[in-house]
Amino acid sequence: MKLQQLSVFLENRPGHLAAPLTLLAQEGINILSLSLADTAQFGILRMIVRDWERAHAILKNAEWVVNLTEVVAVDVQDRPGGLAEVLQSAGDVGLKIEYMYAFSMRRDQRAALIFRFEDPDRAIAHLKAQGHHVIEAEELFAAVEG
Amino acid sequence: MLVERWNDAAGGFHPASAADYLPKGKLQEVQLRRLRAVVERAYANVALVRERMQADGVRPDDITQLSDIGRLPFTVKTDLRDTYPFGLFASPMSEIVRLHASSGTTGKPIVVAYTREDLGVWAEVMTRTFACCGLHRGDILQNAFGYGLFTGGLGAHYGAEALGATVIPVSGGNTERQLMVMQDFNVTAVCATPSYFIHVIERATEMGIDLRTLPLHTGIFGAEPWSDVMRQRIEEGAGIKAYDIYGLSEIIGPGVASECEAQHGLHVFEDHFYPEIIDPESGEPLPDGAEGELVLTTLSKQAMPVIRYRTRDITRIIAEPCRCGRSIRRIQRIGRRSDDMFIIRGVNVFPSQVEAALLAVEGTLPHYQIILTRQGGLDQMTVEVEVTPEVFSDKVRALEDVRTKIAKAIEHILGIRVTLRLVEPRTIARSEGKARRVIDQREI
Repeated sequence: MKLQQLSVFLENRPGHLAAPLTLLAQEGINILSLSLADTAQFGILRMIVRDWERAHAILKNAEWVVNLTEVVAVDVQDRPGGLAEVLQSAGDVGLKIEYMYAFSMRRDQRAALIFRFEDPDRAIAHLKAQGHHVIEAEELFAAVEG
Repeated sequence: MLVERWNDAAGGFHPASAADYLPKGKLQEVQLRRLRAVVERAYANVALVRERMQADGVRPDDITQLSDIGRLPFTVKTDLRDTYPFGLFASPMSEIVRLHASSGTTGKPIVVAYTREDLGVWAEVMTRTFACCGLHRGDILQNAFGYGLFTGGLGAHYGAEALGATVIPVSGGNTERQLMVMQDFNVTAVCATPSYFIHVIERATEMGIDLRTLPLHTGIFGAEPWSDVMRQRIEEGAGIKAYDIYGLSEIIGPGVASECEAQHGLHVFEDHFYPEIIDPESGEPLPDGAEGELVLTTLSKQAMPVIRYRTRDITRIIAEPCRCGRSIRRIQRIGRRSDDMFIIRGVNVFPSQVEAALLAVEGTLPHYQIILTRQGGLDQMTVEVEVTPEVFSDKVRALEDVRTKIAKAIEHILGIRVTLRLVEPRTIARSEGKARRVIDQREI
């Protein structure tokens, strides 16, 4: 139910984002989605990739500070209100969201929402009970990469 | 069968360690004889020493008792730079069989020389160092001090061989290979800089290797000051006893002083290196027990005799008997150097104070660097800290918390504001495994 997200520490300086991404590109690792959190001084690169174990090892061996975080993917209609309904539902029961990002999938006008919940297990149970489609890793990769 | 005997627990010791147990009177006799000889040698062969003694109106013959050493001029680090490369040598090059040089972070390095006899003394004091740390024949020593111009690698190497231990000259760096060697070669002892060994422990943990389950029982650490918290972290993380050793290239390299099983002060091999403590401001000698700057005189060096070298290391002499039975005096572990200290906005700051704050927040000591700048007439202190996997988080707020906590801890200790910057791993330069802690970019 949960996806593994890679997070990498970066200094906020020109060229510093390119280095880990170039490394992954050289190893043939495709990035499904990413988001970048930044402050004036440093940034955190967060990525979803299919082969996360290999990507994690590659980055670690190159001595990047990288960790794995469990995130939840929800499959919604790519239309006005698709995201708002999920957020509403999460807010109703006080689920805390640390951060989130979204991307559209090629298939069927749908979008994937990636959530970093404080309590992912509780979030999954609730969202499923409310009829939302919490998407499995394999299903997500199949939908995006075909 | 002398060699067999010192392996027994029954109070025996390695023959090279005999001088560690000399009665005080006998030791002072040796020291005075050697002091007179080394002063004569330096006076005859080193222009800088002769000119300074003549200026002070002191002749070698004036040294008739040990306390007369206070009449001799000091040697300071810049003397070694100013006479670069060979100006302080007392032997012709035909008798010099080895040169080493300091890593030289600013300008020219300093060059030091050894005759064959000097190398023999060096191996002897390093043998005594390892014996002090409880090693003997049969131990397998992984020597992770850097080999090359740095004195650490080769100094430890020949001492351990003379002791009869098995030496693996792995040198510094390449942590994964270090761990492979440590596991596969049944290594029982390791030499390294303490900050590098902490990195080795961290890497081992990441790779799922528990160093505590290996035959490794002893670590010998030197070349930079390290705190008791670091020692505890090393001893617990690797399941070993961690000993502090002391030395400096200007005097010989490693092998000037070493902790013993008591881990309470470092025994100075004072039959070869005469220690004094002085007031760093006035230069006046201080009695045993008083804290001040350590000054060392080489009593037996041939190629490069050094008279009253100001080490800039702050310590005190412990003259009380040690429970290990050695009669040679001890110095307290060195926590700070008088020239590491810098003054910012009127506050005296030692890097060890910044270390204390980092240790308090992170639990381990990350690589860090202090950068001093002057902006609009006002001094600024920036501390750069490498992010470790332990403190890293995918949440911005968590990282900002770490940053704020460290900055607050430093401000609390020093009473001045600092800018704290989290940087990527490996971005702070290391030389020979030693980190350069302070970069002063102020134009004064």
